[in-house]
Amino acid sequence: MKSEPHVSIRTYALVFLALLVLTGLTTAIAFLDLGGSINTMVALAIAVCKALLVILYFMHVRYSDKLTWVFAAAGFFWLLILIGGTMDDVITRPQLSPSTTSVPAQDYPR
Amino acid sequence: MSKVEPFQAHHFDDVEQQHEASWLGMWVFLATEVMFFGGMFAGYFVYRHWYLQAFAAASNHLDVLLGGINTAVLICSSFTVALAVHSAETDRRKPLIAFLLLTIVLGLAFLGIKFYEYHTKFEEHLVPGSSFSFEASLARPAEIFFSFYFAMTGMHALHMIIGIGLMTALLFQARRGRFSSFYYTPVELTGLYWHFVDIVWIFLFPLLYLLGRHL
Amino acid sequence: MNVSEVERREHYLNVNYGIRSWLLTTDHKRIAWLYLLSVTLFFFIGGFFATLIRLELLTPQGDLVQAETYNKLFTMHGVTMIFFFLIPSIPAVLGNFLVPMMIGARDLAFPRLNLASWYIFILGGAFTVMAAAAGGVDTGWTFYTPYSSIYSNTHVVLTVVGIFVTGFSSILTGLNFIVTIHKMRAPGMTWFRLPLFIWAHYATSIIFVLGTPVIAITLVLVALERIFRLGIFDPALGGDPVLFQHLFWFYSHPAVYIMVLPAMGVVSELIACFSRKRVFGYSVVAFASLGIAVIGFLVWGHHMFVSGQSVHAGMIFSLLSFLVAIPSAIKVFNWTATLYKGSISYDAPMLYALGFIGLFTIGGLTGLFLATLGIDVHVHDTYFVIAHFHYIMVGGSVMGYLGGIHFWWPKMTGRRYPEGWARLAALIIFIGFNLTFFPQFVLGYIGMPRRYHVYPPEFQVLNVMSTAGASILAVGYLLPLTYLIWSLRYGTVAGRNPWGARGLEWETPSPPPTENFERTPIVTEGAYAYEKAPEEISTLGRPAHV
Repeated sequence: MKSEPHVSIRTYALVFLALLVLTGLTTAIAFLDLGGSINTMVALAIAVCKALLVILYFMHVRYSDKLTWVFAAAGFFWLLILIGGTMDDVITRPQLSPSTTSVPAQDYPR
Repeated sequence: MSKVEPFQAHHFDDVEQQHEASWLGMWVFLATEVMFFGGMFAGYFVYRHWYLQAFAAASNHLDVLLGGINTAVLICSSFTVALAVHSAETDRRKPLIAFLLLTIVLGLAFLGIKFYEYHTKFEEHLVPGSSFSFEASLARPAEIFFSFYFAMTGMHALHMIIGIGLMTALLFQARRGRFSSFYYTPVELTGLYWHFVDIVWIFLFPLLYLLGRHL
Repeated sequence: MNVSEVERREHYLNVNYGIRSWLLTTDHKRIAWLYLLSVTLFFFIGGFFATLIRLELLTPQGDLVQAETYNKLFTMHGVTMIFFFLIPSIPAVLGNFLVPMMIGARDLAFPRLNLASWYIFILGGAFTVMAAAAGGVDTGWTFYTPYSSIYSNTHVVLTVVGIFVTGFSSILTGLNFIVTIHKMRAPGMTWFRLPLFIWAHYATSIIFVLGTPVIAITLVLVALERIFRLGIFDPALGGDPVLFQHLFWFYSHPAVYIMVLPAMGVVSELIACFSRKRVFGYSVVAFASLGIAVIGFLVWGHHMFVSGQSVHAGMIFSLLSFLVAIPSAIKVFNWTATLYKGSISYDAPMLYALGFIGLFTIGGLTGLFLATLGIDVHVHDTYFVIAHFHYIMVGGSVMGYLGGIHFWWPKMTGRRYPEGWARLAALIIFIGFNLTFFPQFVLGYIGMPRRYHVYPPEFQVLNVMSTAGASILAVGYLLPLTYLIWSLRYGTVAGRNPWGARGLEWETPSPPPTENFERTPIVTEGAYAYEKAPEEISTLGRPAHV
């Protein structure tokens, strides 16, 4: 948006470094077994942090008006509705058979 | 009342209104892009829930080093884009041109690495279809994983190509002196688009490359 | 005002002539006409497919067409009507024409994007017509997998490419409306002084922008599965066809609100004008539009109750579907309250508006039947569903569209249509419509499934009634086509405000100048100030830019 304070090069450089550090961090953590879905949650949390840094600083949303915030957030919020509604169905379906994760290839016609 | 600037369209009252409209328009467009990629993310999460073992095994066939390098390349390119916008904002034409050029180079580097990865996947028979080959008990869901891998990274690559095209057009315009601190909206808006494409990759990298590394 | 006066004054239609001035226009009013001609063409193409369907269903046997051909007929009818008529109709025709005018702007925010959206629409339509000419698609407009993505031998890719391309036309229109309404309102035009038509189009644009991309990517995935044998929905790989349905209906349910919200916006304008009253509960109706748009995104699973979706999800979607009926019902109550003690006149637009209220109510109530899990198990995929959505989309949206076309016709053309013929046509349409679709509620309830070209003989009487109704409906639709074209040359010249309505669009000449207003209006009153004289509502401010 016009007339917001210029974001300084220093801020950009700090965000840049933070993004690289977070990338290294998420890669390193991926090799540690934190148990069950913790790995997934940590990876997603770090990704969200990186995305927020890009959105708030590189994309100037931190210095923009409310309307920009609303539309920036709307897409992600709506995506959560899609993923949430679909996963709710998927997670609550009854198990059809115990062998849904690995089935011998010859059992499926193709 | 402000005078009519040469780059002001007739239906706007002043440049400020035009700029605000353009900025909002790009953000609305980016919201549509979130939903566009989002459909594939939704499908990914469904199958990952059901076939975690196969997905993890398939993911481990991806080259995490190349993926990590590509992530760093894109982050660098977002930095150069931010610096390009900053240069335009502060009336510095030569740095603007330099940073646009750097962004293009980094984008091309990303694509180069990506297509090299695709090539190796082809050689390893990991492209879905009749030539797909994987450990027998996990083969079917692994093929689903690779379908999502190619669909999602392919769509992302297509957006990169478009972004590089836009940056190139900006480069030519910048060289002809079209932008100044009074008017650099196209640079700003293309920058927003580029950052968005970077954000998509920020999510693609852990979800596709890192999900099975601890197993 | 006489004809020669009109012809001497410059306005958006005569400011320049020639095909280039139309095909390269950026004037939102001319683009509205481009869309009007295109959607009318697609309406009659879709109607042609419907005619063949109803002819086949006159007899219980499959004697007109083969089963595969019949599958193609109902598919092409659905695809054409939904994507190429209903979704664009009111927003791209009336919305394009009126949104800038109603808010006091000179054009939409992005005029060239507006023109691009029409070309994209035509390109998408061309792909789809090509697919039809090459033999069509037989998957149903719902493209369920794996039939559409693997097993069908028809032109699926060509058709989904056409729909994909057209989707971008929708997205650009929605984007344009959102930015325009936020940023280009005239001085004094605050949010709560906006006509409800604008609120309705804003809400519709939210759906355009957030929903359409999902069907876009879904159709891309179907095409990729067909072309490259990618495994996304293929059950042989462990893929899930129900996933397709989630992705498809996430857009396609809100799409029905794209089809009905603009019509509701039209109805608000018509009810106010022809009762000479403010709309009762203005802000509630405005928020109800937004509510329908938002809650409408939460109910898509009610199309999937018997698909294999979990009962848990089914219950949540059922409950939310009941909730979404509430804002719609509120609007019906508020329109009714507007009529109460109003000074009612029964011009053709009002007949369409009243028809909308009644028929939409029936359609909406039968939607509640379908939202009820237990009932839906019985009537899913029967003619009950078909009757339900035609009551909303034809009894509702099409009548809203026709009412709007008639109401704003003098503004768009500077001519009045013949009122007697218009009232007759409205009546014929109303009768034909009910005769066509009411029997289908009964047919569905007693067990006739949809998408079958044969049926047990005991269903024939109702089917014959339905086809008879369709022939009356066809006559009804041909009438406006005829007299509206006739009026362009022979209609009475219209003044600035032939209905005595309130709204900025009525403060400018008919047809309007290219820049819409000679001077930018300054708004001092809210919408529908029928108790005030027009001069008290807005003043004309500084000269508009040229």
